[in-house]
Amino acid sequence: MSDQPLFSVRNPWFGISVGVTAAIAVLSAVAGLIWLPLAQPDLKLAGVWDAICSAAGVPRAAVQEASIKPDFKTSNVVMTSEMLTKADQVSIGRGATLAQRCAICHGPQGVSDAHSPNLAGQFAAVTYKELNDFKTGARVSVVMSPFAAAMSDQDMKDVAAYYAFLPRVPSNSLDTGRPAPAVVVTGAPMRNIPPCGSCHGDIDNKAGSPWLGGQSAVYIKAQIEAFASGARRNDISEQMRNIARQMTAEEIDQVAHYYEAQP
Amino acid sequence: MLTNKRLIAAHFWLAFIVFGAALVLGAWQMFVRSPLNTWHFNPEFYYRSVTAHGSAMGYVFPTLIAMGFGYAITEASLAKALVGRRWAWAGFFLVAIGAVVAMIPVSLGLASVLYTFYPPMVGNPFYYIGVVMVVVGSWIWVALMVINFVIWKRDNPGKPVPLAMYANVAGCLLWGWTAVGAALEILFLILPVALGLKSTIDAGLARVFFSWTLHAIVYFWLIPTYIAYYTIFPRAIGGRLYSDAMARISFIMFVVVAMPIGVHHLFADPQVGAGFKFMHSVFTGLVALPTLLTVFTICASAEIASRLRGGRGAFGWIGALPWSNPIMLATALSLVMLGFGGAGGLINMSYQLDATVHNTQWITGHFHLIFGGAIVIMYFAIAYDLWPHLTGRALDSFGMMCTQLWLWFIGMIVTTFPWHYVGILGMPRRMAYYDYANPAISPQALSVTMSAIGGFILLLSGLLFLLVLIRGQFGARGEAGAYRFAVPLHMPARIPLALNSFGLWLALMVGLTVVNYGFPIAQLMALNETSVPAVYVGAGR
Ligand code: HEC
Ligand code: HEC
Ligand code: HEM
Ligand SMILES: [Cu+2]
Repeated sequence: MSDQPLFSVRNPWFGISVGVTAAIAVLSAVAGLIWLPLAQPDLKLAGVWDAICSAAGVPRAAVQEASIKPDFKTSNVVMTSEMLTKADQVSIGRGATLAQRCAICHGPQGVSDAHSPNLAGQFAAVTYKELNDFKTGARVSVVMSPFAAAMSDQDMKDVAAYYAFLPRVPSNSLDTGRPAPAVVVTGAPMRNIPPCGSCHGDIDNKAGSPWLGGQSAVYIKAQIEAFASGARRNDISEQMRNIARQMTAEEIDQVAHYYEAQP
Repeated sequence: MLTNKRLIAAHFWLAFIVFGAALVLGAWQMFVRSPLNTWHFNPEFYYRSVTAHGSAMGYVFPTLIAMGFGYAITEASLAKALVGRRWAWAGFFLVAIGAVVAMIPVSLGLASVLYTFYPPMVGNPFYYIGVVMVVVGSWIWVALMVINFVIWKRDNPGKPVPLAMYANVAGCLLWGWTAVGAALEILFLILPVALGLKSTIDAGLARVFFSWTLHAIVYFWLIPTYIAYYTIFPRAIGGRLYSDAMARISFIMFVVVAMPIGVHHLFADPQVGAGFKFMHSVFTGLVALPTLLTVFTICASAEIASRLRGGRGAFGWIGALPWSNPIMLATALSLVMLGFGGAGGLINMSYQLDATVHNTQWITGHFHLIFGGAIVIMYFAIAYDLWPHLTGRALDSFGMMCTQLWLWFIGMIVTTFPWHYVGILGMPRRMAYYDYANPAISPQALSVTMSAIGGFILLLSGLLFLLVLIRGQFGARGEAGAYRFAVPLHMPARIPLALNSFGLWLALMVGLTVVNYGFPIAQLMALNETSVPAVYVGAGR
């Protein structure tokens, strides 16, 4: 073998390989961190150090301008997939008492015959979020809003836990053999509509998406139309408004009857 | 001499069984998302299938091939039995059990996160645990290869380590180090969330860790193929390797520059600074060098073989090559696919061009051509070459083998060329459903149909391959003799220390990783508020 030890400047293999590697690294660093950023007028850099920080990806304070606030209330609920998934008995019990006030419209078992939405078996996070939005005014309903106005945060959590605890009851028009409309299963990619089932269940359930099965067709239709017209705008990041605006009247009708017939 | 034949055969068989199953899934995926499929299906199955197919083809299959081939190389090139046989079996079972542990949640739909994990999506913890078991099993192999290498060097002071073993250890070291990225990602970022200890995840940091693995893993897949080019191909066609030193330098370059370039997979990601993207691009350009060296050396070796057989003329020698020899055929087809795939790779590595193909079907077309095509066809060649030595029976269905290789080549071209094309048209990758009736998409329908047909040709070729191997298990008994590797044209008795050891190259590999990854990782770890809520897959249905 070679006579010199490997890690020694006298060994040409060592000198050349380390030298060439280091040279490439230094040159590419100088080009990438100093020269290229400075060559871009749009970056408005204050000097070499600023260029290095910017190219290295150090976060820079955004330009301070007052952000534009919408002229209506938006939801202030932060949704996570863990939210309110663990209920305790005390909370459910309190919720049962509080829910007596709601029974005239939402039914004693959380199932309504009056086109008010069914709440039995709804995800707790959903019920909680909607109540919150009614309370803050992000979602508006002449009938419903007053009932949420006086509820405390704990009240809303308890009612939500209670309704999540009640079993779902299929509607009278239950028909599980009914074929799913295309928009539910595959969405309409060219119109940017993801499959309803990818958020609302069947395919997957995404945090904050209400369970729709057994909900009255009248209610479903009214909500989609409200999203489309902008009358309802409490959905975070316009998740539902962007979808509803793209739906045809026929599709809205189909999904409303489809979901009504589901368990 | 191969002593532990069962150990080697077990690796190859398991690898090819996994390959066969994943191949069926691949063909099904091709079919369901093409216009040939006219009925509705649950798109969730598609993501299950892609997760299973990608994990099997990307993690399990090539790892088992590298391991099995590595053991064969150790015994054949060092001419002694493997040290650490029990550990080798332990590694094998760890990989096998890990694969099953990972696949159970995937098939139940609890971990449809795709094989790149895609945080903030988080699936069932057993999926990740299974993947970690596969990696740990392969680390046992890495350790064994290094131990055998060191022992041999100690017993044979001053002698050059045989090229096949040297290259094999290069692959091991590269894999040992590059797998650390994904391991860190899983252990420290994903598993705590999957186990419910945390509900947020730093998706940006996780992606940086994954990119640490993602580029060099493709070289880990590639190294058995390159070893076959250098040490099987010249021997199989009756020639000699053009240059032993050139081969060593190529493998060394892979060790040094395959690592600090992974950020080219994050060109579109905001969490890495533009300067670091540029530095990674520069090193990405360098990594083309060892491949160009290899193509040159292999063509030169082929020319030597041809002229020894009487080939003449500037190009006439090409006709004189032994084209009915499966190894010859596989290598030639592999180089053609490597050429096309390499050209596509140059496009991907160019920042501006990448923006147009990012996350389109172009990408899937690209890596199927280079990985499924150029690399896997040489895995077939390795198996054909090694089989008689493992079974002690002749493998002589040459016609069938050549048909199989041609079918794989044709199938791969028919599948991937239209696949690239629809990517340029803007067809996104990783989608289950396309509405071909829509005027905006309908121009893609023909190309996707062609791809799907190519997929069926590949399936046929894969089945034929398994058939050849099974027939090989029942062929006429015959002693295959010692397993030998190609001899270089000139073999110096002494070679420079640098070409016979790895210390210097490991130091450069780790050093460059620190230079190119150190700051981006440190900064993301230090920043607060970079985590986002995890999106649990398959929960709450
Ligand atoms: C007077 C009838 C009435 C009463 C009493 C009432 N609600 Fe409602 N509730 C409604 C109507 C109507 C809607 C639908 C509002 C809309 O169309 O936007 C509604 C909507 C809701 C929703 C949203 C459901 C969804 O899926 O989006 C929740 C949650 C809810 N009510 C909870 C309650 C609770 C809890 C109480 C008792 C404290 C209560 N409601 C009392 C009529 C009532
Ligand atoms: C990206 C996920 C997502 C998709 C896809 C989606 N939704 Fe929604 N949907 C939501 C969320 C989240 C809400 C709750 C909005 C809020 O915060 O009040 C919602 C609310 C609704 C509501 C109101 C329910 C109620 O009880 O208040 C209806 C009706 C609805 N969606 C129908 C549909 C239909 C029909 C489709 C398919 C065309 C669809 N959604 C697709 C996420 C989605
Ligand atoms: C033989 C070697 C093969 C390897 C190594 C391989 C590897 C992979 C990998 C790693 C993925 C995951 C890609 C992703 O997550 O986006 C994948 C996806 C896929 N593979 Fe393969 N594959 C092989 C063969 C095939 C064959 C033969 C077919 C067709 C018959 C096929 C069809 C597909 C399809 C359709 C996808 C999904 C692409 C998408 O929707 O983005 N694969 N493959
Ligand atoms: Cu890469």
